[in-house]
Amino acid sequence: MTSAPTKVPAAPSETAALRGRIGDSPLRPDGTLKVQGEFAFGSDLWADEMIWGVTLRSPHVHARIVSIDVGPALATSGVYTVLTAEDVPGGNVGLDHADQPVLATGVVRYHGEPVALVAADHPEIARQAAKKIRVVYEELPAVTDGRRALEPAAPQVHDGGNLLRHLKIRRGNPDPVAPVVVSLDFEVGMQDQAFLGPESGLAVPDDAGGIDLYVATQWLHADQRQICQALGLPPEKVRLTLAGVGGAFGGREDLSIHVHACLLALRTGKPIKMVYNREESFFGHVHRHPASLRYEFGADHDGLLHYAKAEIVFDGGAYASSTAAVVGNGGTLGLGPYNIPNVQVDCYGVYTNNPPCGAMRGFGCVQAAFAHEALMDELADRVGMDRVAIRQLNGMREGDRNITGQLIDSAAPVAELLQLVQDMPLPAERLSEDEFDLLSLPGGVSNTTHGEGVVRGIGYAVTYKNVGFSEGFDDYSTARVRLEITADEPTVTVHTAAAEVGQGLITVEQQICRTELGVQRVVVHPRDTQVGSAGSTSASRQTYVTGGAVKAACEAVRAKVLERASTMLDLELSELVLDGAQIVSITGDVVASLQDVLGTDAVDETVKWSHRPTYPIDPETGQGDAHVQYAFSAHRAVVDVDTELGLVKVIALDTAQDVGKAINPDAVVGQIQGGSAQGMGLALMEEIVVTDGRVRNPSFTDYLIPTILDMPPMKIEVLEYADPHAPYGVRGVGEPPTISSGPAVAAAIRRATGKALRRVPIRPEHITEG
Amino acid sequence: MRITTTVNGARREVDDVWEGESLLYVLRERMGLPGSKNACEQGECGSCTVYLDGILVCSCLVAAGQVCDRDIVTVEGLSDQQGLHPVQQAFIDCGAVQCGFCTPGLVVTAHGLLARTEHPTDPEIREALAGNLCRCTGYEKILDAVRLAADRLADTPAGSAGRLR
Repeated sequence: MTSAPTKVPAAPSETAALRGRIGDSPLRPDGTLKVQGEFAFGSDLWADEMIWGVTLRSPHVHARIVSIDVGPALATSGVYTVLTAEDVPGGNVGLDHADQPVLATGVVRYHGEPVALVAADHPEIARQAAKKIRVVYEELPAVTDGRRALEPAAPQVHDGGNLLRHLKIRRGNPDPVAPVVVSLDFEVGMQDQAFLGPESGLAVPDDAGGIDLYVATQWLHADQRQICQALGLPPEKVRLTLAGVGGAFGGREDLSIHVHACLLALRTGKPIKMVYNREESFFGHVHRHPASLRYEFGADHDGLLHYAKAEIVFDGGAYASSTAAVVGNGGTLGLGPYNIPNVQVDCYGVYTNNPPCGAMRGFGCVQAAFAHEALMDELADRVGMDRVAIRQLNGMREGDRNITGQLIDSAAPVAELLQLVQDMPLPAERLSEDEFDLLSLPGGVSNTTHGEGVVRGIGYAVTYKNVGFSEGFDDYSTARVRLEITADEPTVTVHTAAAEVGQGLITVEQQICRTELGVQRVVVHPRDTQVGSAGSTSASRQTYVTGGAVKAACEAVRAKVLERASTMLDLELSELVLDGAQIVSITGDVVASLQDVLGTDAVDETVKWSHRPTYPIDPETGQGDAHVQYAFSAHRAVVDVDTELGLVKVIALDTAQDVGKAINPDAVVGQIQGGSAQGMGLALMEEIVVTDGRVRNPSFTDYLIPTILDMPPMKIEVLEYADPHAPYGVRGVGEPPTISSGPAVAAAIRRATGKALRRVPIRPEHITEG
Repeated sequence: MRITTTVNGARREVDDVWEGESLLYVLRERMGLPGSKNACEQGECGSCTVYLDGILVCSCLVAAGQVCDRDIVTVEGLSDQQGLHPVQQAFIDCGAVQCGFCTPGLVVTAHGLLARTEHPTDPEIREALAGNLCRCTGYEKILDAVRLAADRLADTPAGSAGRLR
């Protein structure tokens, strides 16, 4: 492994007839396989002698395990083994904090916690056998409310109390006053990532006590570390390869089938396939934290913010997952992209006996944005200002400092983004009653209205989100790039462990290699743990961080090739340029072919690359340079609301976003469209209903996500204000749309109905009641 | 039990099928055709859509025993030696594929729509695709793909006759 050279030879000229560089929108290399049904997702894998694993999960919210009798299950014909906590050789697992047993040990802490495993030669036999495992439980008092969890008398989920993290920000005057004060309480329900490809994978034992795991995931090396902990095996015995991933959105950052499949495979000596069905998927991954938020803003009569106070409680559920980092984001970014001189924030993450919560697209900013944007509208109305204008007045600009005191040292186009969405053409007025189209009305083809009782509203929201891992995390990626001549053609192979989850990172890696090396043919190596960690596919970070690593590895390869050429041709290194198949002098003359320089050799470089460091925040004041980069977006939503039935039709959802540099403009737009749909879903329909700790709706019949009938046309404006600190100036793209779209929809419904609507998702009864 | 059926034009016979298995399971796990996808297995997401005797169905809701001596076309059967079907190519060209898990079901559903309706309006496309969930794209590029496929099919000399095998 080498570090990137400090003096980097120039990249190939842009005049070469090369297709699919950065800034182009080449098609994704896995598209053909995907449209033919030939792409191998985790659930499509198969091996000789393969058998099936299933999980037995807790029916209780909090209970002591008195006894487990696996006898009847084990006696079932076709069953190979049944495993419980006693069969786990190693320790607990957890993304940030190893607090979760692989299988419940003495106690279950949430509805759906894994208790036992079965392997059988047919999935249905395994499921039936799991039902025969006799577990005797003794129910315990449970805490299922985030705020109640902090009361001294609350049942304890773990030894050491229910408080996972308390983040404090204290900035400016501790006793601020202002002539205009607005406040609200807001509740956000539990959203699910609802990726379509269920948790799945195949574990194949070798004959030396090791294992190969093919799994759909977001971060191979974090998985490997936890699997090694749980199995008590060294990393060389636990090899991971990324299986095809059917969407992720944060829900695959924690382990699911990983250790379970490996345990069954090591015990039976057979390849084990595990695939959750949809119901189990709802129990098998963390969700977006439900949040309870109390906000107060103080401003002058002209709408200029003077102070803000916020108390945010994130319900982390029974295990920590990434709750501490979600608290970090919610606390440091939870007042939105506004300049506020005096700030008091208290942000808590707590344990409860609810399902565990962790990463989901927007990561702590989504919940807060509903509160701060609702309060900005309230403030605008109180001082008699336009809702866009008050955001522009208070919006951050480059050179400002945010509430943790960090300098915003690249573009912060809050006012411009809002102006762009405000200036976009509005959709046509609703059609008159004799020419209406049912599909365009609330209730759709249910034929619940022909326009009577329907009111239109327009809402705006703006957000900012950190990109990459924060608060001092050692956030890096690794890339290996190889250049050689194969079949008389220069060929680049790029190898990273970065999870492609559908977002198109593999296309981006190809584009970067083409740009840096001038080579058309770029082969993307399968993602595995044979190369160093790429970090997580989350936090909108991979194009930035793995993109940075690939760029650096290409630069190292280019330097090596030119060194060879320089020696071979006896020419000054500084006078040579690598341009695809040729070595060219700076005057443009071809001086050698790549074939001449490489022969049958390959130039192969591996680079570990980090973005600039971040720092922990001060535990008492919350001040510090916590984040790497910020990404900004704004949305405008137009809704029609049937005020009698409480039904909502989103007519338009328009957005503007600064992406720094669009490496693949079409893919950027795809991220914005998909991210916006998820934010809209939380505003209108998406909630895992949990009653006294029990999940009530673990199916796509009862947990609704937007369909093509729910999603309106979108107008999208993409700005490219390069971040000078980032490779190519890129800014993370994936998350901001999920943050600002939902609050804009909620604002539009409030505007249409005049209701306060202090909870999302907004259900029909919230609109019609009182 | 034994299932004998026609899949993508070929006679197929599988043994030892448990009566509780769905057509989806038999296609994926017994016939080596995993293109039809297992996203919800309860008829809500459309990812497992196939043709059964020319009618679009969710294969997860069809019992394996129901398909004896019937004709099934899956996503694997839409392309041929000449290459991808125009619907498949349009999904690639329009960026309508991200993770791709919903894609096979959407491709088959869109194929069915365009076999019935030469130039569907946007509301017709939305209605036809309303039973197919996608979590990645927000559907805009899927609409683009169906529009493009409709245009390209209209320009194909074979016309509607070339649409369905």
